[in-house]
Amino acid sequence: MPGLAVTELTLSHFRSHRRMTLEAGPRPVAIFGPNGAGKTNLIEAVSLLSPGRGMRRAGADEIARRPEALGWKIGAEMDTPSGRHSVETWSEGGPRSVQVDGKPAPQAALGRIARVVWLVPSMDRLWIEASEGRRRFLDRMVLAFDPGHGEASLAYEKAMRQRNRLLKDQVRDAGWYGALEAQMASAGARIASARRSALSRIAAAQEGAVTAFPAADLFVEAEGPEEEDALAEAFARGRPADLHAGRTLIGPHRTDLGATYTAKGVPAAQCSTGEQKALLISLVLAQARAVAEDAGAPPLLLLDEVAAHLDEGRRAALYDEIVRLGAQAWMTGTGPELFEPLEGRAQRLHVTEADGISRVEDVT
Amino acid sequence: MDRPPSDIEALIELMARLPGLGPRSARRAVLRMIKKRGQLLQPLSEAMVKVAATARECVNCGNVGTSELCAICADPRRETGEICVVEDVADLWAMERSQVFKGRYHVLGGTLSALDAVGPDELRIPRLVDRAKTEEAREVILALNATIDGQTTAHYIAGELEALGVRVTSLAQGVPIGGELDYLDDGTITAALNARKSL
Repeated sequence: MPGLAVTELTLSHFRSHRRMTLEAGPRPVAIFGPNGAGKTNLIEAVSLLSPGRGMRRAGADEIARRPEALGWKIGAEMDTPSGRHSVETWSEGGPRSVQVDGKPAPQAALGRIARVVWLVPSMDRLWIEASEGRRRFLDRMVLAFDPGHGEASLAYEKAMRQRNRLLKDQVRDAGWYGALEAQMASAGARIASARRSALSRIAAAQEGAVTAFPAADLFVEAEGPEEEDALAEAFARGRPADLHAGRTLIGPHRTDLGATYTAKGVPAAQCSTGEQKALLISLVLAQARAVAEDAGAPPLLLLDEVAAHLDEGRRAALYDEIVRLGAQAWMTGTGPELFEPLEGRAQRLHVTEADGISRVEDVT
Repeated sequence: MDRPPSDIEALIELMARLPGLGPRSARRAVLRMIKKRGQLLQPLSEAMVKVAATARECVNCGNVGTSELCAICADPRRETGEICVVEDVADLWAMERSQVFKGRYHVLGGTLSALDAVGPDELRIPRLVDRAKTEEAREVILALNATIDGQTTAHYIAGELEALGVRVTSLAQGVPIGGELDYLDDGTITAALNARKSL
């Protein structure tokens, strides 16, 4: 079965990388080098092979190399279960453009080629910070199963922005609200059902899995109904309160993601920092297993500084699982010793920086 | 300096503001007109002066024409029981090219957008409701774009017309004629599947 892998990556004026081409195989890619060398920039580029703003949530105009600020470009050749694809994405100051196999394509088209899942250090506080981060984490998981989820989310957001403007302007036209709420309810119901379906697939992937990482029970905490007609009614009923607040107070944009450490029955937020990290890794791996079953290949995994927070045993267990999964995992760490247990099973890239320009050397 | 004289430069700048033209194509167009002064420039400028003096919106439907009523509204052969609602005149022209629709039109002049401060009153929606009453419309066909704003506007109009008991329909969404399924996005395929019909 053909997997999913970036076989060639070219960066041009992408953050600290002025011009870089590297070839990769289906194996994991271990990237090491000193702080600030441009390791994370490399995997951020891979994250932009999926729809959205990538793992740093950066605007297209923030990414261009300074001081030139000429715009940036990422090119990738990819092996996917549906064959070889060539992807280009770039920005010359405006919104980012996408070409798939030489033809202009919407960003959403990327979701159908590569499913990408990432874990970055800022997510370490996911369970204790505001719900927005957890919702984003949930939606990225959903997107890996259901590429159409992005379109539903966008439709919902667009209609809600219009409704919020009506609320702020204290407009009282019931017909106008009704028309927007019908759009929101239709997209909202699709969002809610995609989220539940993704969570049940992840739960199934955790059951009976042989893993060194603790299982988590995930659940959705919804504010408001999830079925289309009921949601439309709830929006209509909520208008007085929403008018008072100047924004929409219920709906899938307020949903929170809850998690419990299964073995201990403790909410994730009350677990130790190490346990929280282990839970996140466990979820990413469960998701990768579920996506592999669903799409015929595991997603690309981007694990930024993942090795640093794990003890030696867990680190080796993580690498073993990644290799077993057959996932092309791009991992960063400061020193080569962090990836020693992967010896012979991964491509090794040494990233250094001089005069503000990153240099990538294949030292496999 | 190779710059054209300022009058010509001004013309180029104006032309470059037109949709579909950029500075380079505007320069080429102006140069061609100057070379073909008798066949192009003169007739064009006369036509523009004429249109500038006479072009106006139809008081009934919002289409563009040169008199109070546009050619379609003034045509007694067009059926009065069906009104096709479009966002702008370009959509009306597209519908007319197909030569299938024999009723009359109503041009909204945009779509509802709270963010752009475009409300029902800016869109000739009250006028549409009036027309549906006075013209005793049997059917109002909403030929609006399949965007969030287009569909919101369609919902809104359907709500406004509900009390009149007029049949409100919208264009079908699905596989384009001559289109290949393989090239369609998921949303279009879903819409086409939902709107499938018996053969």
